[in-house]
Amino acid sequence: MKETRIPLTNKPYHKPSEIFLINAILVVFVVIWILPTIGLLITSFRKPEAIVSSGWWMAFSRVNEFTLENYRAVLLQGGVGRAFVNSLLISIPSTILVIIIAALAAFPLAFFKFPGRTFLFVLFVSLQVIPLQITLIPVMKMMSALGISGTFPAIWMAHTAYGLPLAIYIFRNFFAGIPYAIIESAEVDGATKFQIFSRLVIPMSMPAVASLGIFQFMWVWNDLLVALVFLGGTPEVAPLTVKIASMKGSLESGWHLMSAAAFVSMVIPLILFLSFQKYFVEGLTAGAVKG
Amino acid sequence: MAHVVLRNVSKVYEGNVVAVQDVNLEINDKEFVVLVGPSGCGKSTTLRMIAGLEEITKGEILIDGVVVNNKPPKDRDIAMVFQNYALYPHMTVAENMAFGLKLRHFPPEEIKKRVNEAAQILGLTEYLNRKPKALSGGQRQRVAIGRAIVRKPKVYLFDEPLSNLDAKLRVQMRAELIKIHARMKTTSIYVTHDQIEAMTMGDKIVVMNNKLVQQIGTPLEVYNNPVNKFVAGFIGSPPMNFLDCTVKDSNGALWLDFNEFQLKIPSQFVDKARPYVGREVTFGIRPEDIYDRSMYQGSIDSNTTLANVEIVERLGAEEFVYFATNGGYSFIAKYDPQVNVHMGDTNREVIFDLNRSHLFDKETEMAIY
Repeated sequence: MKETRIPLTNKPYHKPSEIFLINAILVVFVVIWILPTIGLLITSFRKPEAIVSSGWWMAFSRVNEFTLENYRAVLLQGGVGRAFVNSLLISIPSTILVIIIAALAAFPLAFFKFPGRTFLFVLFVSLQVIPLQITLIPVMKMMSALGISGTFPAIWMAHTAYGLPLAIYIFRNFFAGIPYAIIESAEVDGATKFQIFSRLVIPMSMPAVASLGIFQFMWVWNDLLVALVFLGGTPEVAPLTVKIASMKGSLESGWHLMSAAAFVSMVIPLILFLSFQKYFVEGLTAGAVKG
Repeated sequence: MAHVVLRNVSKVYEGNVVAVQDVNLEINDKEFVVLVGPSGCGKSTTLRMIAGLEEITKGEILIDGVVVNNKPPKDRDIAMVFQNYALYPHMTVAENMAFGLKLRHFPPEEIKKRVNEAAQILGLTEYLNRKPKALSGGQRQRVAIGRAIVRKPKVYLFDEPLSNLDAKLRVQMRAELIKIHARMKTTSIYVTHDQIEAMTMGDKIVVMNNKLVQQIGTPLEVYNNPVNKFVAGFIGSPPMNFLDCTVKDSNGALWLDFNEFQLKIPSQFVDKARPYVGREVTFGIRPEDIYDRSMYQGSIDSNTTLANVEIVERLGAEEFVYFATNGGYSFIAKYDPQVNVHMGDTNREVIFDLNRSHLFDKETEMAIY
């Protein structure tokens, strides 16, 4: 009689050869993804003449060509340091505002019954299909009318507004997955609506908060168009993206500075992603109700 | 100390869907009342209206003489245990239990004292710092009960708290809940679809079906004197046997005529049965009131029939014997294991203890006796 395996988990069973194949494909993708990054990193530590004379993969045979000069130049003289700070000043409030407003909007959409609830939700979702570019001119006119054009509050408002539809959608769906009995249990325990929101729903939604925070932060951090339109190129407010774009024009063949600046712009997203990635994997609601 | 009264309470959902109709119920202080019925009978909705989680469409609910219809759950001084535990997943066991007290601004020492007390009663002391996901189903349900205990509310509400546990654990937790109630003596309202839980736990049980309260009484009252066919069939396992027949008057006595055999209505029931002479009725008898000839102590007086054995279920302490008569009636009897009965036996003499039998109006299904 043929031996039958009893699966201990509900994961599909894979043969060792299949697992090997899956891993091999993953390794290929990881290499394709990571190789340019490594090249950029190594290039950013090489002297300008070394960069133009040989490829980065040759760098380890010419150890004496490594230098920190590129970073020093970029951070202290090139204005990249200022742009880095500007990027943080733009990205952090634009992320926090989206999370707070979207969570507050999604809470009633998920848990309260009121007329027009479905309509409102569908409206928010459908806002996602409007191309950002269509809104640039009217929004810019509005900003000028308000007299905040070219300032940080202008771009905070713009990024927050552009981020909200997706954020509300993600939060509402995540909240809807929270067992309603937990909310009722808290009501019986004596919690107010706001306490339910702040002490139960938000702590239980950390995976959604974290992943949404990362998405929104990356989008704002990497954004060039919105920053260029609403802030212009003035160095006092220009973020890294705008700065790097302008460097390309002004420093023909300045690859040593470009690579260092580009790597500076990657550091924050990398740190952010690595520190919050466990929330992508971990489902916080495990164990709340019989599953 | 709490006295709960429901006056003509109804719940109608949008689109005129009636969930509960005209429930009248009085629950005395310290009483353990069980609402029991099949799914969809309105028992959970009734409990949720008492909790304040469901609006009351019509009628009044009073806790200690105060109408609570418009009070939110937190102002009713109740605690509820949910079927799926509803624990807060990001909090430890201790935090789960303390949450309600913290919200009510109890001093930290008092919270700690109460949590430790409850943990001790429930055997959770060593798990206080664990999160719910690191607990077994039974332990999670204990935490849910602990969360209710620490509050020391006026009324405990239980919404099928044991139905997610496996059979063995359920029996164990049932006994523990009985012990806890004996100790706390707090008014409790317990919803279940399990008639065994209802019989074993309730001081009083409320049988519901089809949105209506069918009968309220002590477990034995409901078991021995069901008011209608539904209650008779719902309470008891295996359920009461129902056989259709006609009431006949002959030779100065009343008879239940099954065509192939006749049973004589005992004298104490004759007055109640007389209006039904000539009409069709439903005869009801519980499996334990059917005897084999070899075990029957009473007198034999037109209370027997012959039947064939279709199946015998041997449970060790007792045996369920499925009979069928030649005329097509079938019924289940609960026999002593010492009775020598086998599948395929034909024309065995079966004795009905008619003093413990019931008769129901076939149209209204109400009990005649």
